Amino acid sequence: MKILVCISHVPDTTSKINFIDNNTKLDVNGVQFIIGPYDDYALARAIEIKEANAGTTVTVLNVGPADTEPTIRKALAIGADDAVRINAEPSDSFFVASQIAAYAKDKNFDLILMGRESIDFNGGVVHSMVGELLGITSLSPVMKLELEGNKAKLAREIEGGKEYVEANLPLVLGCQEPIAEWKIPNMRGIMSARTKPLQVIEAITVNTGVSLKAFELPPAKGAVKMIAADNVAELVNLLKNEAKVL
Amino acid sequence: MNTLVFIEVAEGKAKKTSLEAVSYAKALNGQVTALVLGTADAQTVLQIGKAGADKVLHAPDEKLNQGSIQAYASSILQAMQTEGTKTLVLANTSLGTPIAAKVAAKLQASIATNVTELPDTSAGFVVKKSIYTGKAFSKIELKNDYKVIAIKKNAATIEDNGTDVTATLFSPQLTDADFAVKIVSTEKASGEISLPEANVVVSGGRGMKGPEHWQPIEELAKALGAATGCSKPVSDMGWRPHHEHVGQTGVKVSPQLYFAIGISGAIQHLAGVNSSKCIVVINKDAEAPFFKAADYGIVGDAFDVLPKLIDAVKASK
Repeated sequence: MKILVCISHVPDTTSKINFIDNNTKLDVNGVQFIIGPYDDYALARAIEIKEANAGTTVTVLNVGPADTEPTIRKALAIGADDAVRINAEPSDSFFVASQIAAYAKDKNFDLILMGRESIDFNGGVVHSMVGELLGITSLSPVMKLELEGNKAKLAREIEGGKEYVEANLPLVLGCQEPIAEWKIPNMRGIMSARTKPLQVIEAITVNTGVSLKAFELPPAKGAVKMIAADNVAELVNLLKNEAKVL
Repeated sequence: MNTLVFIEVAEGKAKKTSLEAVSYAKALNGQVTALVLGTADAQTVLQIGKAGADKVLHAPDEKLNQGSIQAYASSILQAMQTEGTKTLVLANTSLGTPIAAKVAAKLQASIATNVTELPDTSAGFVVKKSIYTGKAFSKIELKNDYKVIAIKKNAATIEDNGTDVTATLFSPQLTDADFAVKIVSTEKASGEISLPEANVVVSGGRGMKGPEHWQPIEELAKALGAATGCSKPVSDMGWRPHHEHVGQTGVKVSPQLYFAIGISGAIQHLAGVNSSKCIVVINKDAEAPFFKAADYGIVGDAFDVLPKLIDAVKASK
């Protein structure tokens, strides 16, 4: 079995977000970058499948400039066999999806896994676009993936519950918890990751239909109004007459 | 511009965010055609008209009652073609978003998801979308003729001054390939208020001390007509089902009113709630970081405060 795991290189979930250059660029000062948390679930499930099925290979792919390589090496340390970096700024979802599809087109992957969304731009569409571009079935957000030969049994999260579905490989899946437990690289993994192949390929040209005008931060929150614990009637009154939300 | 709106239907009724999508489309100043797939009642069609649709296409095929992503995307593409519409507006949901992606890839359309307000058309067509899990926004221009817009809840207000419409029968040509994904079963909390759509959310955290103590949370939610949510540790420990997990890697909510009870307010939780209009925090730790993100706060033991609060809410009705 051949698995491709696409990872994003994103600010840690605890990062404070600020912008520079007239609100057109993220201020990366002090920001730690990680494998997208949802992508990390996808990677962990891929490694589990590899461990359970001899002869399975896991390739990780990232669309990004050279500074994403430490993140890619971490994915190799977790257990992927080799890696590909498509050398370009991941400017928008269609651009990224087109790069992934162009790479995967003639490689016969059985599974193309990634997170349900990247936690920077939260588009949540790359997996479904890749599926559409390659003409193979895509599903998201997937919280369970079991394989029986050529068939996959999946659970997809829907508002207020789950949907159990079956589909045949190949598949493109947008993953989320609890599809697998995150894996932490061990010393051996970290050592071997240094010498695993990381291929850099140039991006294809894509006519992208969106352009960024500006980033914006939410308006600052006013000070909290504290209410005494024995005066909850006042809270209800304020919610009704001041905030007007009841 | 003329717009097609995909209506998500649950048990024959249009979802609220889908009706918001209709009103959003109406504000784009053109003909609005709504597409309803699967069984839906006449009342729902009228409601869609009231929200601003000039025309409602209805494909009552029972095969479309289940949310088949591929079959829906194919139906939408056919409807856009027959109606000559180049813009699709739909709700940003577990069904809407993958459909939006497929349609956009097929048409090479400009796409924006998590859109939070009406576009600015003073120079081009610029939409505002939520990014960094609610920590920021971006304004992006959709440059192509074909546009796909997936809106977040509250991106538009549902209008009710539209005209009465009757459904026009629509029969999309679907093949077995459109149903290649077999939906075996659906497990859905019935009778509860859907968390992503709720106007009021009551969430409990580790401060509730165990799943057996959830009764006051549920009672407060009931008194408020609210959905219940929880923090990540609570869902990780299995105290509450995963679909109630509110936060960065769980459900993002944007209700009018959010209650956080016994939740300290880790930045990952805040990311899932910071587009709420009003936040109330109840925590016995006065230093809990959540108070900094709150509009109203009570320092107190949840088990003392909740019964009083439930009574006060009931008394105010």
